[in-house]
Amino acid sequence: MSRLTLLTLQILVAVVVIGLWQVLTSVPIFGTVLLPPFFFSRPLDVALRIVKWFADGTIWVHLWITLTESVLAFVIGSLGGGLVGFWFARKPLIAAVFDPYVKMINALPRVVLAPIFALWLGLGIWSKVALGVTLVFFVVFFNVYQGVKEVSPTVLANGRMLGMSERQLMRHVYWPSALSWMFSSLHTSVGFAVVGAVVGEYLGSAAGLGYLIQQAEGVFDVAGVFAGMVVLAAFVIVIDMLVSMVERRLLVWRPMAHDAHG
Amino acid sequence: MQQAATGADAAASPCAVHLADLTIAFRLADRSTFTAVRDASLSVADGEFVAIVGPTGCGKSTLLNAAAGLLVPATGTVEIFGAPLVGLNRTAGYLFQADALFPWKTSLENVAIGLEVAGTPRQEARDEAAAWLRRVGLGSFGDRYPHMLSGGQRKRVGLAQVLIRHPKILLMDEPFGPLDAQTRQIMGNLLLELWSADRKGVMFVTHDLEEAIALADRVVIMSAGPAARIIGDWTIPLARPREVAEIKLDKAFHDLHREIWAMLRDEVMKGYVQTGGLG
Ligand SMILES: Nc1ncnc2c1ncn2[C@@H]1O[C@H](COP(=O)(O)OP(=O)(O)O)[C@@H](O)[C@H]1O
Ligand SMILES: [Mg+2]
Repeated sequence: MSRLTLLTLQILVAVVVIGLWQVLTSVPIFGTVLLPPFFFSRPLDVALRIVKWFADGTIWVHLWITLTESVLAFVIGSLGGGLVGFWFARKPLIAAVFDPYVKMINALPRVVLAPIFALWLGLGIWSKVALGVTLVFFVVFFNVYQGVKEVSPTVLANGRMLGMSERQLMRHVYWPSALSWMFSSLHTSVGFAVVGAVVGEYLGSAAGLGYLIQQAEGVFDVAGVFAGMVVLAAFVIVIDMLVSMVERRLLVWRPMAHDAHG
Repeated sequence: MQQAATGADAAASPCAVHLADLTIAFRLADRSTFTAVRDASLSVADGEFVAIVGPTGCGKSTLLNAAAGLLVPATGTVEIFGAPLVGLNRTAGYLFQADALFPWKTSLENVAIGLEVAGTPRQEARDEAAAWLRRVGLGSFGDRYPHMLSGGQRKRVGLAQVLIRHPKILLMDEPFGPLDAQTRQIMGNLLLELWSADRKGVMFVTHDLEEAIALADRVVIMSAGPAARIIGDWTIPLARPREVAEIKLDKAFHDLHREIWAMLRDEVMKGYVQTGGLG
């Protein structure tokens, strides 16, 4: 299938879904409107709402807050997870001691922590950052841990035979391997950072995309809820594209499935 | 590096590698032990090229690992230039059987790293590495990552990576094993060319008897495992310099091959039966 056909079909899906939505919410069929606009809104209303948000500029502050929270959660969670993962992998004794606790905390649905963080850190951005950190931390932690553990024994022996000291092995062998695992989970951890921020906002805050959706929901403004979701989805897609770009740059050394085709 | 050399001065003409009555055992998961090599003895003189041939799984890699200091033998001694080996063998360069290049470094960085970790300034190390890449015929491949190279090219980078440190002993574990016949010949000639320019003691493991005879000063045969020993030791008096493809047409080569193969064949059959033919 050529790219053009694919794109056409993809657009067609959106047109059909949105068209159906518009028709079913506005044209009576056998005397009744199947999807009452009060509960389902209308695509046109949603679009107008989004345009309005951008036109009067009220959306920017929310986008900015969510972005800030996501970035902070990602950076702090990655640093923490990376360092602890690396440390545990190099010190099996410590890893063994903490193993049940790590499993326990990781098994906990993180949403239940949101009220605690709100209590400890207030309703500002930091309670959301904390929620995101608990999500990002474990993804990065497990991947870095794995990356250090999975270093090829031959590559390691080669490093030793080439005269590397323990510290040089860290720098030239363990770290790159751990980082490559971490980068391969970049999409997941960035996604979790956003989830943490938005869920946190939804559960209690004064700004952000999650707050926007929650507010609209509170007054049964369904168009507002859908508009918020669309903006959120676009926000995540843009971030994901940025991550893909970063990934391509950082992992140039890795064979890609499509290498052979150029 | 220096220590081993100084210790060596005491002995008359110490061997580069001297393995005496090595027994090497592995502990298996069920807590039993598996004796891979028993009472193996082998000496490699400085500047001598020794090929070790044996059926797969007999313990060739194990023997090299002992000489490299990566494995500690259960009994027996490893002496390097007359001094007992403690820890890693710092005088040796090791070309591994499996892929051992750092996948996250370019060819140039892979070759330079041995100098960089020894404290050579980065630029100097890179210049030297570029010269070595040219020497192994990969002058224009410096910025490629290992996965962008063919199997033969990766082995060339590996060779440069090891030789740039000027090791006094070269340990090579089936270095050309996965390559096609053509490439093996080219690599064999390249190796001989580099080695004659700077002769060091070489332990060259291969399962290919022809390759062993074509390259080496001595061919050593290992018995099938477990508890493999060294069961044959032939001097190869073929003149140097050699051309790997041409020397195989030589009558002397054929006579040697026939003689050694007669012994090796029995061991290969034994090894085949013992490993269930899984090699
Ligand atoms: N780490 C290990 N644990 C247990 N057995 C091993 C280990 N390494 C090698 N062996 C066994 O020792 C024997 C010799 O192995 P190796 O030296 O790799 O053979 P080869 O001659 O093919 O290089 C084989 O039977 C192999 O199964
Ligand atoms: Mg082997």
